Amino acid sequence: MKAPVVRRFGTKLASAVLVLLVAASITFFVQLLLPGDRATVILNVRNGRDQEWPPEEIAAVNAQFGFDRPLLLQYLDYLTGLLRGDLGTSYTEFRPVTDVIGAQLVPSVILTLGALAVAWVIAVTVTVLTVQRGRFLGGLGASLEAFTASLPHYWVGMLLLVAFAVKIPIFPVIGGDGPAGTVLPVLTLAIPLSGFLGQVLREEFHKVLDQPFITTARTRGMSDAAVRLRHALRHAVLPGITLSGWALGALVSGSVIVENIYGRPGIGQVLVTAVNNRDIPTVAGTVLVVAAVYVVANLLVDLAYTLVDPRLRLS
Amino acid sequence: MSVLTRTTTGTRSTTGLPVRPGTVAAGGFVALVLVAAMAPELLTGDTPTRIDLPNALAAPSWQHPFGTDEAGRDLLTRVIHGTRLSLGIGLAATGVSMVLAIVLGATAALAGGVVDAVINRILEVTFAFPSLLAALLIVAVYGPSVTTSIVAVGVGSMPGYARMVRGQVLAVKEAGYIESAQALGHGPWTVFRRHLLPNAMRPLVAVATLGIGQSIVWASSLAFLGLGVPPPSPEWGALLDSGRNHITTSWWLAILPGLVIVLFAIAVTSLGRTLQLRLEGATR
Repeated sequence: MKAPVVRRFGTKLASAVLVLLVAASITFFVQLLLPGDRATVILNVRNGRDQEWPPEEIAAVNAQFGFDRPLLLQYLDYLTGLLRGDLGTSYTEFRPVTDVIGAQLVPSVILTLGALAVAWVIAVTVTVLTVQRGRFLGGLGASLEAFTASLPHYWVGMLLLVAFAVKIPIFPVIGGDGPAGTVLPVLTLAIPLSGFLGQVLREEFHKVLDQPFITTARTRGMSDAAVRLRHALRHAVLPGITLSGWALGALVSGSVIVENIYGRPGIGQVLVTAVNNRDIPTVAGTVLVVAAVYVVANLLVDLAYTLVDPRLRLS
Repeated sequence: MSVLTRTTTGTRSTTGLPVRPGTVAAGGFVALVLVAAMAPELLTGDTPTRIDLPNALAAPSWQHPFGTDEAGRDLLTRVIHGTRLSLGIGLAATGVSMVLAIVLGATAALAGGVVDAVINRILEVTFAFPSLLAALLIVAVYGPSVTTSIVAVGVGSMPGYARMVRGQVLAVKEAGYIESAQALGHGPWTVFRRHLLPNAMRPLVAVATLGIGQSIVWASSLAFLGLGVPPPSPEWGALLDSGRNHITTSWWLAILPGLVIVLFAIAVTSLGRTLQLRLEGATR
């Protein structure tokens, strides 16, 4: 019974490594797409100019970044560097990209995980309370989910900011990463996600509540609340877990916007600044880190799935 | 078990078939937006660039339903005149992602074997890059502009569509009418063009409709970060970008253009869903 689980996870692990290798190759080759000579771009970005540079300065930059070496060597260097945790050197900050991202990762992780947790709480509450509770409540819950699912993060963020930081000043406008400044950002990220999660949970809940074992539980005299919480919820949670792995990508995209609205430190801020400065190594490095987190998280989701759903352990 | 689930989904999709008031409202709003895009002067007598400094930052009123900006320009007029560019970017980006998705997805499904495996791996990798981050990577390389926004949003939202196209083509490939077309001696290209593509594309029409709303949201998100269409333009995202500077004093400048985007996204989504249910009904 153990062996299939191990084998299944082994294949997943191998494919995850492959995905990361290709992702790293993409971020390396994207850096070559920069229009014009890279050394010239770097010198222009650093000096805020738009001009041609003397050959000796170009040569110095080429030597510093290793652009004068064969492409294949640069590529292999980049890949082996990644294994050592080296993401390259920032064009504008003269230091390793790992240092630039470094400490900014923590507030972003707090924001993302906090939002995921809050979204689950909202989605489960709305679903358990409204599914198959008559046309009015059910319709209300479904419309609420459809509405919140289609809200862009920037709009939710600005609305909450105007309402709870400007009109009713409960929270700070520019929150930093303290507890008080974290509430609105987390809510902003959680509200649209709770809509998506809720739609999936509702669909599953509908299916599960029509199953024979639910009828059996009811005829045993189990109360409605217990049926919903002990039986239906357990089954409905499964697709929600898969969606959470997927949602991580959407959450990261959203956190870029949210950090920008609330002036909150994090990798979103690093990214926007780097894109503005055309600091490609920092952008590429950040994107690669996010991709790695995404791949690992989905690997864990897969493992969690195997543990939660006993059917998968047999096949 | 499967019978039970099928009946529940069956009844739920048929209740969607009669035209509901929500669908009418959504259709009306989308029609209004289309008019604004094609002939903005029909909806407003004002011009989007008329400066009126004494009336700067006026709150919404009967005269200025959306208020005015820091130069006293009427915000509603600017939103109406920005429609064409916003809608254009949304349509073009959806077009870009659809074309990429059809090429990748159909190739994978039809070629099978190694090609299919390689394309699948590539799609798996692109899924690991969140849409906005993939878009930011492209903006970082080419610099912000209308074209970059279109390409960035198109590429960023491609993976999901590509996987869907692949699944559709795989399903249609096995259908009886494809086999009979082949048996009748039609060449592979004719079968693909006349039978496979139209049938595989049908459910995608609805998905593409849903996609336009999403594309506009993503493009405006880029502009919101200051990395899309730059502010003097009345493009919806650009209005958000300039409006957010006054968010603590004049909330309407960023919230109301945002509301128009939200309403449009919801209207398009609801139309897309209705279309999806109808098309599903037609195939059943």
